[in-house]
Amino acid sequence: MFKYFPHTIEDIEEMKNFLKINKIDDLFQDVPKEVLFQKEYNIPSHLSESELRRYFEKIASKNKELILFTGLGFYDHYEPAVINSLLSRQEFLTAYTPYQPEISQGTLQYIFEYQSMIQTLTGMDVSNASMYDGTTSTAEACFMAESITKRKTILISGTVHPSVIDVVRTYAKFKGLTVEIINEKSGITDLSHLQQLLGSHVAGVVVQKPNFFGIIESFEEVSKAVHEHGAILIENADISTLSVLKTPRLDGADIAVGDCQSLGMNVAYGGPTLGYLATLKPYVRKMPGRICGYSLDEEGRRAFVLTLQAREQHIRREKANSNICSNQSLMALYATIYLALLGPIGLKKANLLSYQGAHYLYDELIKTGKFKPYFNQPFFKEFVLETLIPYDMLQKACIDNGFLAGISLSNYDEKYQNLVTFAVTEKRQKSEIDELVSLVGGLSW
Amino acid sequence: MVEYDKLIFELSKEGRIGYSLPNSFASTYQFLDLNQDLLRTDSLLLPEVSELDVVRHYTNISRKNFGVETGFYPLGSCTMKYNPKINDEIASIQIFNRLHPSQPMSTVQGVLEIYDHLQEMLSEISGMHSFSLNPYAGAHGELTGLMIMKAYHESRGDYSRKKVIVPDSAHGTNPASTIVAGMEVVEIKSNSLGRIDLEALKQVLSNEIAGMMLTNPNTLGIFENDIIEITKLVHEAGGLMYYDGANLNALLGKVRPGDMGFDIMHINLHKTFSTPHGGGGPGSGPVGVCKKLSSFLPNPKVKKESNYYYIENEKDSIGQISSFFGNFKVWLRAYAYILSLGKEYLNLVGDFSTLNANYIKESLKEDYNLPIEGPCMHECVFDGLKDQSTGVRTLDVAKRLLDYNFHAPTIYFPLLFHQSIMIEPTETESKQTMDEFINVMKKIAKEAKDDPDLVKKAPHNTPIKRIDEVFAAKKMILTYKDYLEQNL
Repeated sequence: MFKYFPHTIEDIEEMKNFLKINKIDDLFQDVPKEVLFQKEYNIPSHLSESELRRYFEKIASKNKELILFTGLGFYDHYEPAVINSLLSRQEFLTAYTPYQPEISQGTLQYIFEYQSMIQTLTGMDVSNASMYDGTTSTAEACFMAESITKRKTILISGTVHPSVIDVVRTYAKFKGLTVEIINEKSGITDLSHLQQLLGSHVAGVVVQKPNFFGIIESFEEVSKAVHEHGAILIENADISTLSVLKTPRLDGADIAVGDCQSLGMNVAYGGPTLGYLATLKPYVRKMPGRICGYSLDEEGRRAFVLTLQAREQHIRREKANSNICSNQSLMALYATIYLALLGPIGLKKANLLSYQGAHYLYDELIKTGKFKPYFNQPFFKEFVLETLIPYDMLQKACIDNGFLAGISLSNYDEKYQNLVTFAVTEKRQKSEIDELVSLVGGLSW
Repeated sequence: MVEYDKLIFELSKEGRIGYSLPNSFASTYQFLDLNQDLLRTDSLLLPEVSELDVVRHYTNISRKNFGVETGFYPLGSCTMKYNPKINDEIASIQIFNRLHPSQPMSTVQGVLEIYDHLQEMLSEISGMHSFSLNPYAGAHGELTGLMIMKAYHESRGDYSRKKVIVPDSAHGTNPASTIVAGMEVVEIKSNSLGRIDLEALKQVLSNEIAGMMLTNPNTLGIFENDIIEITKLVHEAGGLMYYDGANLNALLGKVRPGDMGFDIMHINLHKTFSTPHGGGGPGSGPVGVCKKLSSFLPNPKVKKESNYYYIENEKDSIGQISSFFGNFKVWLRAYAYILSLGKEYLNLVGDFSTLNANYIKESLKEDYNLPIEGPCMHECVFDGLKDQSTGVRTLDVAKRLLDYNFHAPTIYFPLLFHQSIMIEPTETESKQTMDEFINVMKKIAKEAKDDPDLVKKAPHNTPIKRIDEVFAAKKMILTYKDYLEQNL
């Protein structure tokens, strides 16, 4: 027998006798004989716990840990030890969606706290309980724009992360929405191209801050143009940087979305993270996903509960706003604890350190003479340079010396030949930066 | 301790910190260098708390939660089985947390190998050709699968197939996903046994049908015994069969969706393959397809050539549906689970989960209405108390169960009955635990007769009592800012 099955031979006999069956197979009488699987799966034999550990140690060693000087949507920020310790509490880890609020106040309360923190960071009025990631939350925001405006065209800036663009394109293609790309010009959204594309058919416009190149765009003119045409402005923003940068609300956004990975979540080969989605009060009933609200119990005690559920699939079925069924709850708890620990001061400090490290690296790389500035724009913790070093040589040198740095943007678009990106977080020490600079500065060809 | 009811914001005291950050080494760079118009000027409503404040706060609120390790969690359709600790340990191996999606493929051969092995094993277990692990959750898998269905028809130049047949007993995500994938829902009624009515099915079949979504066993926990005929009819009409893997647990070791004729499916790894539900996520919803649909799976994909794994985007693919390879650390746990059980034990899951559900069903049918007789699969559905004269409803029974330290079953779903109680014990529960649950359910049935108010006013022993849901919807206090403004 196996440790996850508590059935003794005696238990099985008693249950079979009670059910008046001879063998368990008798319970499968409704299954047509032709489809009964009467073989063994062609998979390996079971592993004991120590064999399993050894297997994973071996396969883990087939990967290489690198010092990360790359962002591209996944940033290597500091992970406070407290968080994983609290997340591993079974009361959080093994519970499900809080259908029974009387025994789910822990989950409901942290969702309320999460929504509150997303509210204050974005400056918007309301946040949902979280979504899968920043790409899908952007796609869902586009559907909201469609639903609010009853229009079918989405414009998305060429300065938005290509994965976000691709996911929006996929979602839109099937839903029957048209997606058009606003040109990138000097690393920012081309305002005159946006104005050309705008019209009474445009439901929403998607922009990003800091954008794919790490540049902090100003959306004042964009917002004016978008709203003049009655469209919805969707801003995808790195949530952590909003402690320092102007809020999406003040940028004029109607919907703020993005990924919360930058709140100290492991890069973990891409997941899990979570996507946030926040909007203005008038659009709250158009929001996808769970929402938690404050209430009182019968005895007047503070209590939290899932609310405004009439928007959702389990009630509205084919008339629902979205097919999303749950949230990325445990990761919302991660974000909440991270923000509680960092607080307003710590969050700004982590961002300042990242900003300083990135600007220091930028200047040092330029000093080597092996890189040239490309976009002359303000950046935050990530930037683009033109490399004079042949790309293959640069990559090999970085990887061989344990760095992930200088990733080519031509992986995303051929027009970005010779452009490479770097990112720095507060985790990068001066010695690591200096070592990277001295390595690439010393390359010759 | 469960009396604790502070919000983290209410612990805040200016000057307290809970972080540890390095000193600046490049302080010549300041935000003041930026155009001030780019910067935030409004205050930030985040708490200022110490590390211990945070640890105590979340520990205390966690104690108001019920998890699988607290007690029996028979939430129907959610497969709340035990989540093995070794899988968490493996998911916390340092290197797995440190790998960046932009790393060169030569530096991530191990994780690509895991991706490929897991998709192969899921294919074998479900009788499909290949899987993508990219979808984040069950509903996300459904959406991905329906996109594949639509893309397949369109690739053949057939643009008229936009309708998807969904039984009225289906999970709400089925019709919702259909709409998001840009197709229409054709709902068909179940017959009196809760199964697909073949005549009703035949009537809706046409050359406008893209396919049919089905969960088998269905949401009543009943196996669709006409499944071969159903898939044959849909295929003859040119449609594809979609298998909603929500109830796959019953079939492990017994039946493979591919062998029943399904072309596309998703698996909820957080159900069948034991990854923790996390209070509602992160889950993982891999999508599997038959051979002719494999090129449509979402990008990016993992491929293999003479023992070297590489990442590729294919042009026939529906496109990208997630930022990268989905919830890696979730599917990593599922992989560890499959390797632990192996071929010897994985095939017992269907047997034991079905045995357990039937044991509960037969034990409770004297006190609760059993609308459909005969064997069930991994879960059973009752339609309220047998004696409804006292006005005690399913909701009351569910709340009373909380007093006895059991999680409630799923209630008011499926929608086919007015007082549904859907119980899914899973294979990881012992006969003793189920006997205790059965005794309590019988006791509640007796209480409902002897002292109906006791049940109607339940729960009595939980951290809070029943909640005023109207207050929540009316006041719409959705953030701490709202709360402060309402001056409560």
